[in-house]
Amino acid sequence: MNDAVGIGARVKRKEDRRFIIGSGRYTDDIRHDNQAYAAFVRSPHAHAKVVGIDASAAEASEGVVAVLTGRQLVDDKIGNLICGWAITSRDGTPMKMGPWSALATDRVRYVGDAVVAVIADTPALARRAAEKVVVEYEELPAVVSATRALEPGAPQVHDLAPGNLIFDWVIGDEAATDAGLRQAAHVTEMRITNNRLSPNAMEPRSALAVYDPAEGHYTLYTTSQNPHVARLVLSAFYNVAPENKLRVVAPDVGGGFGSKIYIYPEEITCLWASMKTGRSVKWTADRSEAFMTDAHGRDHDTVARMGFDKDGRITGFRVDTVANLGAYMSLFSSCVPTYLYATLLSGQYDIGNIFCNVKAVYTNTVPVDAYRGAGRPEACYVIERMMETAAREMNMNPAELRRRNFITQFPHQTPVIMNYDTGGFGAGLDAALRAADVASFPARKAEAARRGKLRGIGYSCYIEACGIAPSAAVGSLGAGVGLWESAEVRVNPVGTIEVFTGSHSHGQGHETTFAQIIAGRFGLPMENISIIHGDTDRVQFGMGTYGSRSGAVGMSAIVKAMDKVEAKVKKIAAHALEAAEDDIVVEGGAVKVAGTDRQMLWHEVSLAAYTGHNLPAGMEPGLKEDSFYDPVNFTFPAGTYIAEVEVDPDTGVTEVVRFTAADDFGTLINPMIVEGQVHGGIAQGIGQALLENVVYSENGQLMTGSYMDYAMPRADHVPSYTIEHTTTPCPGNPLGIKGCGEAGAIGSPPAVINAITDAIGNNDLQMPATPPVVWAAIRAAARPAAAA
Amino acid sequence: MYATTYHRPSSVEEAARLLSGEAKILAGGQTLLPAMKLHLAGPSDLVDIRRIGALKGIKADRSAVTIGAATTHFEVASSPDIRKAIPALATLAGWIGDPAVRHVGTIGGSIANNDPAADYPAGLLGLGATVVTNQREIAADDFFTGLFSTALEDGEIITAVRFPVPKRAGYEKLRHPASRFALVGVMVAETAGGVRVAVTGSGSDGVFRATELEAALAKSFTASALAGITIATDRLMSDIHGDAAYRANAIRVIAQRAVGSAK
Ligand SMILES: Cc1cc2nc3c(=O)[nH]c(=O)nc-3n(C[C@H](O)[C@H](O)[C@H](O)COP(=O)(O)OP(=O)(O)OC[C@H]3O[C@@H](n4cnc5c(N)ncnc54)[C@H](O)[C@@H]3O)c2cc1C
Repeated sequence: MNDAVGIGARVKRKEDRRFIIGSGRYTDDIRHDNQAYAAFVRSPHAHAKVVGIDASAAEASEGVVAVLTGRQLVDDKIGNLICGWAITSRDGTPMKMGPWSALATDRVRYVGDAVVAVIADTPALARRAAEKVVVEYEELPAVVSATRALEPGAPQVHDLAPGNLIFDWVIGDEAATDAGLRQAAHVTEMRITNNRLSPNAMEPRSALAVYDPAEGHYTLYTTSQNPHVARLVLSAFYNVAPENKLRVVAPDVGGGFGSKIYIYPEEITCLWASMKTGRSVKWTADRSEAFMTDAHGRDHDTVARMGFDKDGRITGFRVDTVANLGAYMSLFSSCVPTYLYATLLSGQYDIGNIFCNVKAVYTNTVPVDAYRGAGRPEACYVIERMMETAAREMNMNPAELRRRNFITQFPHQTPVIMNYDTGGFGAGLDAALRAADVASFPARKAEAARRGKLRGIGYSCYIEACGIAPSAAVGSLGAGVGLWESAEVRVNPVGTIEVFTGSHSHGQGHETTFAQIIAGRFGLPMENISIIHGDTDRVQFGMGTYGSRSGAVGMSAIVKAMDKVEAKVKKIAAHALEAAEDDIVVEGGAVKVAGTDRQMLWHEVSLAAYTGHNLPAGMEPGLKEDSFYDPVNFTFPAGTYIAEVEVDPDTGVTEVVRFTAADDFGTLINPMIVEGQVHGGIAQGIGQALLENVVYSENGQLMTGSYMDYAMPRADHVPSYTIEHTTTPCPGNPLGIKGCGEAGAIGSPPAVINAITDAIGNNDLQMPATPPVVWAAIRAAARPAAAA
Repeated sequence: MYATTYHRPSSVEEAARLLSGEAKILAGGQTLLPAMKLHLAGPSDLVDIRRIGALKGIKADRSAVTIGAATTHFEVASSPDIRKAIPALATLAGWIGDPAVRHVGTIGGSIANNDPAADYPAGLLGLGATVVTNQREIAADDFFTGLFSTALEDGEIITAVRFPVPKRAGYEKLRHPASRFALVGVMVAETAGGVRVAVTGSGSDGVFRATELEAALAKSFTASALAGITIATDRLMSDIHGDAAYRANAIRVIAQRAVGSAK
């Protein structure tokens, strides 16, 4: 063991040096000889027919290599973009996937839809030529709100989806749930919207496609969270290049939050264009393109009803949600408002009857897909706003109402598929109540009142399903891929170790945490261990990073490979030291015969493995093992968040003044990195609650297309957080990890909104709670009921 | 960004000569360069005035403060002379954007651009300042003529802004959540010529004087004098960041706070 760097040690991030000194290597930093640049001509209309394209002026423009259209793309048999998770409607019909060509052929469906790609010698020349492409459009009426899109007579986004309905999906027992609601002593009903968010990774999306005509081989450098999935989809579905002739490299990637899981039209076009032009083709989004084309998140409109018996126990929970999926079905868009959402509607509570109906809808907006938390924030927001509001309506303490309904026995089967393996919800709530010093909240409220401020407190007890996910389970629910992870642990002859992992780090710190579990276990120095990821030519296979899966699934694969390495090490040492294999232990960088002073140093064993001079009979030389790990279940991180806010009643300006998080993530590998994940997640959640909102005009123009109008949280929007941990190790994986990447963004929005509604005395408040929204809610609450 | 030719004149006269056709003055570039990057502006020539000594610096005496057009927001915010003579003006400059913007953005560029949410227009109008150009002097009341428009002629160069020292003045701002420009910004001033109240961030025609607030403050320069006043919504803008009703209320609240902080 090496406790200084092993599990639980706050090791500084190995990767930070290169980022801090400006030596990170992002896609846009990579340059090739003979490189050309792509610029995209995008639709200025939310909905229109493409009547004609005149590219002659662009073709004649300086430095232009090629002007490429959707027609040529179709002629070259490049496939449409697809959604990889099949959902079936309640009437048994499959979801309605409208055609999405990387370059539009006859119709555009959102502002920013790519129509033409111009390839030229420099980015400026490409852009200038793109402005010379004349696209003739015939404008069509547009629809941006999902609820509006379902109304009779609404503009039709895709001909094959009448009424814009992609699917009408249900889960749970409707009759039993409605009966539970009928029997309830009290029913809380709310309309709850979950605002549309733009992901805003610091590094915009980028692609560099390199075609080698001699070999017919393609290389794509791109901003991806999952390069192997990109390769699979690009070859199997989009037909751009065969899988064995396509290498996808995701080098340093500056944040993803989900938005870089998917394959977008630009990567497809760059690959295809590089083959067509014989030039390397690069495209890097500017921030305007990022706002206009990165998959958005959330955008739910929900009506929820929760019934309680006279003791405050939940008797039934019914949720009807309309989910806006935008103009096309992005890669995992369908699973977000279904299996990542409704399956979490039991929250931390023992609820016998849950029913959820989700209508997924096309609109003339950017496609919507997974964004940090993906479905689980939407579920948590609905449940936790309902619990808080119900407590107020029933004159109960909101913490007490939750406690009364907590699940206390594990494993626990919910009525919506999930089987919670372990948890300690009461302990989490207690830890948060203590850390937040809730007992003296009344004094803080009184003090704020003396300063003219309304102070409020709000709770959120979240649970999420992470470590996504068991392949057989997701397969039975419609996933087109398995969600295992793979790893190879390669011990070099000199004893240094390279780990090839299918997880991808784009800010998570894997180069540190993954190395820690190896350094700790074998007692080796951190600098002897390298983590290699993000290159399909170097890493065997992988499913990538999202859904807080890199710890629970990615690290578990490494542990499995380490087990195999250790077994072989023991065999080699036992043979060399003439001892029984069972007596061999690996510790402190040495391989020892337990209870004796006989040992080999780690590198002596690895060297022996490669010289092959003295190996057990029949053993293959070398010391390198791989594994595929498929989890047995999701993992279930959970916790309690408590927010305190102060509202200025004259302006509606809200400040989050205290924020307490008590999380149960199971085993923590590096608490410093875990806290960083929680901090960032909470900042995003506060951003969603107070600031962030993608707004379209009625006719589908993006009103929040820059940071002048899209408000991101800044340092002064967030307080210093109090972070606590309770731990129930996950029984499902070897390290007991649950995952921590999304909790902050999942748990925090309801805590903040519950605190504001507490402060202003009005439960009817939607996100983002901007000053005008809060001010209007204060005024509505002050108005006599009759006038409201 | 389209290609452009960059010039660095050393005098106002030389700058004026270079300003023909599609040429544009470049000051801090905090407005112009983003517009060029977005292809919303494509000047043939950029005439950088930041090296012209005559356009820089702050002069203050007992009756007036004169600020060279190429003086940065940071220089105004941190000037001991301005902090002493018109502290509200230093406060205003210190709340513009962020440190990076304040260290390059200039007063001349800000008022020439006349963004309806910019802070300086309220400062000039509220304090009754005079805009000095290479051709004439223009009173603030005549300078700001609507959204992004001013009384400047083509090729006219702002050389300085002269602020009379008020008896007292206060500036308060409700920041726009995304851009941090003013959602509502109010300069109140008790000047030799009477009480002036200028509002930025809210007018559908840009910065304006709130005469109803001026009348009330002329009677009593106190926050409570504004308590009962309702601001008419007809000349206020409604956008995704706040409707006219919200802005009307906020103007009164922010004006009250500006009176409270006036020095
Ligand atoms: C992130 C960000 C945040 C900001 N926040 C705020 C804020 O909170 N409040 C606020 O008020 N502003 C804000 N600004 C705008 C900032 O104050 C700019 O500095 C200002 O609008 C323009 O000044 P500039 O010197 O950069 O002018 P430039 O961008 O160089 O020029 C602007 C225009 O003025 C013309 N011009 C410049 N100087 C002269 C002159 N002497 N005579 C005639 N014409 C001239 C130019 O030709 C151009 O048309 C912000 C800007 C940014 C980028």
